[in-house]
Amino acid sequence: MEIPEDLRYTREHEWARRKGSAIVVGITDFAQEQLGDVVYVELPDVGDPVKKGESFGVVESTKAVSELFAPISGKVIEVNDPLSDAPETINEDPYEEGWMITIEPSDPKDLETLMDAAAYKAFVEEQE
Amino acid sequence: MRYHPHTPDDVRAMLDVVGAERVDDLFRSIPQALRLDRPLDLPPAADEIALFSELRRLAARNETAHPPFVGAGCYPHHVPPVVDQLLLRGEFFTAYTPYQPEISQGTLQALFEWQTFVCLLTGMDVSNASMYDGATATAEAALMAGRITGRDKVVVSAALHPEYRKVLATYLRSTGDEIVTVPFGADGRTDLAALQQAVDGRTACVILGYPNFLGVVDALPEAAAIARKAGALTVSATAEAVSLGLLQAPGALGADVAVGTFQSFGNPMSFGGPAPGFFATREKHVRQMPGRVAGATVDKQGRRGFVLTLSTREQHIRREKATSNICTNSGLCALASTVHLSLLGKRGLAELARLNHGRARMLRDAMERAGCRPVFSGPFFNEQVFDVGDAEAVVAKLAKRGIVAGAPLARWFPDAPSAKGALLCAATELHGPELIQLFAGAVRS
Repeated sequence: MEIPEDLRYTREHEWARRKGSAIVVGITDFAQEQLGDVVYVELPDVGDPVKKGESFGVVESTKAVSELFAPISGKVIEVNDPLSDAPETINEDPYEEGWMITIEPSDPKDLETLMDAAAYKAFVEEQE
Repeated sequence: MRYHPHTPDDVRAMLDVVGAERVDDLFRSIPQALRLDRPLDLPPAADEIALFSELRRLAARNETAHPPFVGAGCYPHHVPPVVDQLLLRGEFFTAYTPYQPEISQGTLQALFEWQTFVCLLTGMDVSNASMYDGATATAEAALMAGRITGRDKVVVSAALHPEYRKVLATYLRSTGDEIVTVPFGADGRTDLAALQQAVDGRTACVILGYPNFLGVVDALPEAAAIARKAGALTVSATAEAVSLGLLQAPGALGADVAVGTFQSFGNPMSFGGPAPGFFATREKHVRQMPGRVAGATVDKQGRRGFVLTLSTREQHIRREKATSNICTNSGLCALASTVHLSLLGKRGLAELARLNHGRARMLRDAMERAGCRPVFSGPFFNEQVFDVGDAEAVVAKLAKRGIVAGAPLARWFPDAPSAKGALLCAATELHGPELIQLFAGAVRS
């Protein structure tokens, strides 16, 4: 299981990456592994507001449907549209090609409240 | 399947596990005043001989001399005997809808073929494996339109089946969505000017009957254009599905969702039910569609097989976020329709539809000669409203001659001036020329 050092993580298994002043969001390797084959993803539109801890979309695999929770509050400024035609990208490359949305944070310090890689690793190990 | 009643020992063991003294303890949360403290008020059990004789006595009270002229959402049609023969096979005739792909290939294939027929007749991309009936399918369509558009207003034609409208109102009571009803005009079609007024940026969908409750082929393309302009969906509801053998498919006329019932195929009238509801829509809405979908696939060896698919929308996986709360479908009724349709084939269905329309025209001519004018001027399929003077009296009079004459419209539209004296009558392939003459003559006499 891959847990990149430079990302921040949520307890709902989303990752957040700083990109300039914006934050890119996706789901972790652990999450995609647990879900199994992803067949569908429902993402917000550019311009939609998101609130930390609240659902911004849905990811569906052959066996489950899970909500996606925003790691930070802000506004959606970019959506990974190719995912709608190729949701399996989330399984293949959850941290790069499988990214989901980019958020312009309302409070840049929000990111600091998330788990770092070591904390997330411990959290996941506890779950297993 | 065997029946296993619980022995007192079983009951004791279960109570011990949950930590209850008596079975009554399990109902403690129900206030004493609401509990029944006496046995049910039922007559003693009858033996089989007495039971059959009672049922025969009741059956003898049915007036079955002629097929009824009443349609009003449920239509008398000929059902080939082979439909029942296949239906009663043990593999299909079960108390529950069997879905495990390992043991239910026949059921799943039948549902897949049902879906195929629904798509062919409605001109839609995807169908589910049947709904409870046409009314609940209509209500589910409104809920789906709300999910898709995020809007909270439903515009309904007053000429949509009144019972469909009632079920819709019941469903929407819990969502708080607003229902706006648009009147119909002198031709029996939805009043398009009123529709235009009613539809706005809050409208999730426009719902109309096709044909509608008045037997009229409603203005579906015009209504769909109005809905589309406002970003709303169009739902067509068809109670007489034989009409789809002659009319243009709703999908070709701008409907986004086509619902209704296939009762006319393979299913008896049965005092109004059960009958399979159908639900079809565009592929882009498939994940918002209620109910279950049987899909075709291939196994590891490349052999064709059938499974339920897209189950992740359903309540056993998605809990409170499920797209609907439909728990089972009308599988056996859907199977009956599927068998009947497969026997008819494309040409047979077209012939049956033409025959129905022909008989309705014959009825119209006979009624006009008898001095009963059609109330609405819009195009019709196999059902029309006639002004017979006193509709209730005509129904009572003809009942004495073993003829079920039709549905007095004022029962559903007590306030509509056009409903006064109006009798809704259907003619199908079961109504031969002689019977139609007899009927028109009896109405006049």
